[in-house]
Amino acid sequence: MTPPTNRLAERLLFCATAVSAVAVLAIFGFLLWFSLPVFHGDAVATLLSWQWRPLRGEFGILPMLAGSLCLSVSAMLLAYPLALGICCFVHGAGPARAARPLVTAVRFMTSVPTVVYGLVSVFLLVPLIRNAFSGSGFSWLAAGLVLAVLVIPTIVLVIDGQFRQVQNGIGLTGIALGLGPIQQLLRLTLPLSARGLGVAAALGFGRAIGDTLIPLMLAGNAARLPHSLLDPMRTLTSHIALVVATDSQSLAYGSLFACGVVLFLVSLLVNLALRGLRAGHD
Amino acid sequence: MTSGASITERAVCILSWVSALTVPAVLWTLMGFLLWRGAPGWSLALFFGDTAPLDALLRGAPVFDGLWPACLGTLELVGLAAGIAVPLGVASGVYLAEYASGRSRQVFSFCVDLLAGIPSILMGLFGFALILLLRRTVAPAANTGLLLSALCLSLLVLPYLISTTRLSIEGLPQELRLAGACLGLSHGQVVGRILLPAAMHGVFSGIILAVGRAAEDTAVILLTGVVANAGTPSSLTGKYEALPFHIYYLAAEHQSPAQLTQAFASALVLLCLTGLMFAAARLLHARLEKKWKTGTTS
Repeated sequence: MTPPTNRLAERLLFCATAVSAVAVLAIFGFLLWFSLPVFHGDAVATLLSWQWRPLRGEFGILPMLAGSLCLSVSAMLLAYPLALGICCFVHGAGPARAARPLVTAVRFMTSVPTVVYGLVSVFLLVPLIRNAFSGSGFSWLAAGLVLAVLVIPTIVLVIDGQFRQVQNGIGLTGIALGLGPIQQLLRLTLPLSARGLGVAAALGFGRAIGDTLIPLMLAGNAARLPHSLLDPMRTLTSHIALVVATDSQSLAYGSLFACGVVLFLVSLLVNLALRGLRAGHD
Repeated sequence: MTSGASITERAVCILSWVSALTVPAVLWTLMGFLLWRGAPGWSLALFFGDTAPLDALLRGAPVFDGLWPACLGTLELVGLAAGIAVPLGVASGVYLAEYASGRSRQVFSFCVDLLAGIPSILMGLFGFALILLLRRTVAPAANTGLLLSALCLSLLVLPYLISTTRLSIEGLPQELRLAGACLGLSHGQVVGRILLPAAMHGVFSGIILAVGRAAEDTAVILLTGVVANAGTPSSLTGKYEALPFHIYYLAAEHQSPAQLTQAFASALVLLCLTGLMFAAARLLHARLEKKWKTGTTS
């Protein structure tokens, strides 16, 4: 028999847990509800165009969607090999004494506020790009580089955890097979860590596409498709921040929430991918 | 050993050295630049401007050219957000670790993961939509403000609290549960008297991480009521200032080199704040691991 107080406590704990589920549903519901006005006939066509000119009644969000994808993919292309390299360094490719300080430094990076990265880059990286090339310096390149720095710790910590788990199990086997540290990494640890490598990629991508401040401060915010790394661009996230601050027409608001819905669906997809990766293992 | 293999091995070696050198170099360059530009701005005047510090602290004298209102705003914001999120987060963590089973556990875990993955700007947009709804229905005068931001921030940090609490409890050794059962304790008593106290270090490290995350986030408050010049926060529904937004604002709108120095100095203040919290959280987590030899990573 469970005493009544226990059952009450369990009920309360259940309610607290339900808050997260309700919050997720509420966020999605609100975004969907407020974007409904733009899902009517003509408005959809306006929404799915390449022109964002609110004064002329053109509210296309495709440039922002493309911008978000370009930026996060390019940041991941830079961050992922670097993060993987760090993990290899820590687990055998580098001197063991250097491993701990390196991981500590990467962990510290998780605590650096995004706005600090943004501020420093505006006054350090952007002038460098401006002087080295042409243009204002606020560009895909600037935002991509800093975004890569931002997501590296996320990726490193996941892969590092996975490597550690794998090597705990097979470290002795590797030595017994006569493999050197790098051979062991290549032949045993990496192939056995496929799941962790996938999880790290998904989490890193989610973090990259969801970040607001870096593109807002560094990417120049021009609402069109960038044609080169030095062109300014605008992402879905910074678009939301910019339009809330400046605009007030109702269709512009509608497109704003449509951006929100797209972002939500992207994070849902990332989570489903993560779930698939984890389930595939068990 | 074929020559192809040794090329791959060499490539891995080069990649790992390059990344192990580049990433810390970038980090220290950024930090060094921040220190160089921000350190000259550190003084009492950074916080209090022309107002006498004691007047501002004790008598609430208005501060016009300093960080004090932004610091106070961030403090109240984080306090409120933690006040909402910590009880909910710890309770959910306990529920998921000890009570939930089967399907409900899967569904709730997925929701928590999903909540953790939602970009912070969407939390802000959610708060903004909430105000739009209130305006159209019951409260035409509703506006964004401190409480709304705290609410949205608490949603943002909730998943951190849940997963650290859950992992801390699940990582405790099985013997603790057995000891409780041997003493004839009910499941509720085992959780409340043995497991939760034993996992306290981990729970606190989660709370500190969540507070640090709430203190640094800019995207949420950008949409839910932060402004550049509000003075010290006056009411729960009023506009307020906050440190990260202050930095963001000055980076874009600074009008003099002095203001820019202030921006860098503020960034240094914020970095010290989040760095200290990070160190404290690591320390607590290390204690938990040492005490119970738990297998939790991260």
